[in-house]
Amino acid sequence: MKGHVWRPLFVVIGLVAAILVFRMFYVPADFGVHDQGYTFGFHRLGNEQEWKQFPEKYKGTEYCNECHDDKVESISKSGHGIIPCEDCHGAAFNHPEDPEKLTVDRSRALCLRCHSELYMPSSQRNDLPGINPKTHNEGMECSECHNPHNPSLEEM
Amino acid sequence: MKRREFLKKTAVFISGASVSLSALELVDPKEVLAKNPDLRWGFLVNTYKCVGCGMCVKACKIENEIPWDANVTRTWVERYVITKEGKVLADSPKGARDGFTSKLIDRAAEGKELVPDKEIAQAFFVPKLCNHCTLPACVQVCPVGATYSTKDGVVLVDRKWCIGCGYCIMGCPYGVRFFHPVVHTADKCTFCYHRISKGGNTACAQACPFGARRIGNLRDPNDPVAKAVLTERVGILRDEYGTKPNVYYIGLNKEVH
Ligand code: HEC
Ligand code: HEC
Ligand code: HEC
Ligand code: HEC
Repeated sequence: MKGHVWRPLFVVIGLVAAILVFRMFYVPADFGVHDQGYTFGFHRLGNEQEWKQFPEKYKGTEYCNECHDDKVESISKSGHGIIPCEDCHGAAFNHPEDPEKLTVDRSRALCLRCHSELYMPSSQRNDLPGINPKTHNEGMECSECHNPHNPSLEEM
Repeated sequence: MKRREFLKKTAVFISGASVSLSALELVDPKEVLAKNPDLRWGFLVNTYKCVGCGMCVKACKIENEIPWDANVTRTWVERYVITKEGKVLADSPKGARDGFTSKLIDRAAEGKELVPDKEIAQAFFVPKLCNHCTLPACVQVCPVGATYSTKDGVVLVDRKWCIGCGYCIMGCPYGVRFFHPVVHTADKCTFCYHRISKGGNTACAQACPFGARRIGNLRDPNDPVAKAVLTERVGILRDEYGTKPNVYYIGLNKEVH
């Protein structure tokens, strides 16, 4: 056959080879159809592992109990016993190494998340003791009068 | 046909064909059943118990490194106020990141509206998150295989593979996906896959003081979530889309979508 037939054919074969080689390197070996089938399970399997290794920040109240057992004890006997420490003090991360201290948020906004009085008759919100932030000692921090770790009104 | 034209056409055809090779060689006519039928994550939301404190939203943002002040969040809480005249008002300021501290309902362009207590017939909160659908519409539309369902039924996004085209964000009927402003890919709730796969709880459920949120294994008949789904009157969102969501709600109203 003549050169004008072979030459383009070689070019084409070369192109195919190049694309296949590129694909071999570019597409990871674990990319393909996995457990959930072609429509929903077409992915890179290694990504599941990557998500599993995402760092945790919240540790839970049991962790705080290792060192702040006094706080855990007093709060657990109070009406605030159901609130995890980290809701008010933020995530533990690697506390006490990093950060050495967790934030102590004395803002009214923190308490008002639950105690601002709203009328929510089909919700448990209505069962929480509510105050009107505009009339209940405006301008003062709640913890000046209430103990957040033991909010009982009798023991104020 | 001119030689130049022939070359051009063949190159286009071959490159097109070899790209889709990956699809052809792997097509499996029957959707493979999950290999591990003993684990299927599901979520239970009790709307009666939710007080709208937004601690879940705060915890989710911190745990999953979602920028605090960006107007995006993987989970949020909606407030519904239904008046005695049947008017439905709903809002979710900042996704309830800071809770609901005011009676004023955010009506967007119409400003803030105060509904007097005596006009309120029903009022409640509804936490929202990804439904981790059994037939996720968002996964189906992904052109590059960057979002997928794991064998235990969690829908994830591959941040290295996502090209940020936004199809999945449009495809989700629940609006739970968004564009992550830092990572620059699509983003969504992972059911805290990093926590639940190690036997932990999701950050949102752990942060909820009232037990309004709960994750569990729908395949385990002794699991509290599975039990509730089987024995209590639970609802799902937007059933009509046929996506088979795995987030169940106790106390769902027809006004909630
Ligand atoms: C391994 C021990 C340890 C654990 C566990 C621990 N802490 Fe601490 N925490 C400390 C130490 C030490 C300090 C610094 C005390 C100081 O300097 O007064 C501290 C400080 C704090 C402070 C600031 C106190 C202040 O006076 O400013 C807060 C708030 C706090 N911790 C909350 C927590 C919470 C919430 C947890 C659970 C998530 C927790 N800690 C777990 C050891 C611990
Ligand atoms: C309702 C919110 C809330 C919860 C829940 C909470 N705290 Fe606090 N905590 C506060 C506030 C507010 C202060 C500041 C108190 C003050 O100014 O007297 C504080 C202060 C502290 C301090 C430092 C000041 C001190 O009194 O020595 C520590 C340590 C602490 N909390 C630990 C904990 C631990 C551990 C838990 C979980 C068992 C917990 N807190 C749960 C709100 C909370
Ligand atoms: C996550 C929701 C939540 C947050 C945040 C919260 N509380 Fe409470 N608070 C409660 C619950 C629940 C009770 C218990 C109500 C009961 O016993 O029925 C309570 C009870 C109280 C009471 C007692 C009211 C009574 O009638 O006995 C006071 C006072 C109080 N909280 C003050 C505070 C202050 C101050 C803060 C901020 C540091 C705060 N709370 C933050 C949920 C919350
Ligand atoms: C100047 C002191 C003071 C400050 C500051 C203060 N309170 Fe109180 N609070 C009281 C006293 C006294 C009572 C009990 C008498 C009453 O109901 O007014 C009370 C009652 C309450 C009750 C119970 C209401 C009920 O009907 O059972 C809640 C809840 C409460 N406060 C939350 C807060 C919160 C949240 C803040 C901060 C936004 C705050 N308080 C700030 C003094 C204070």
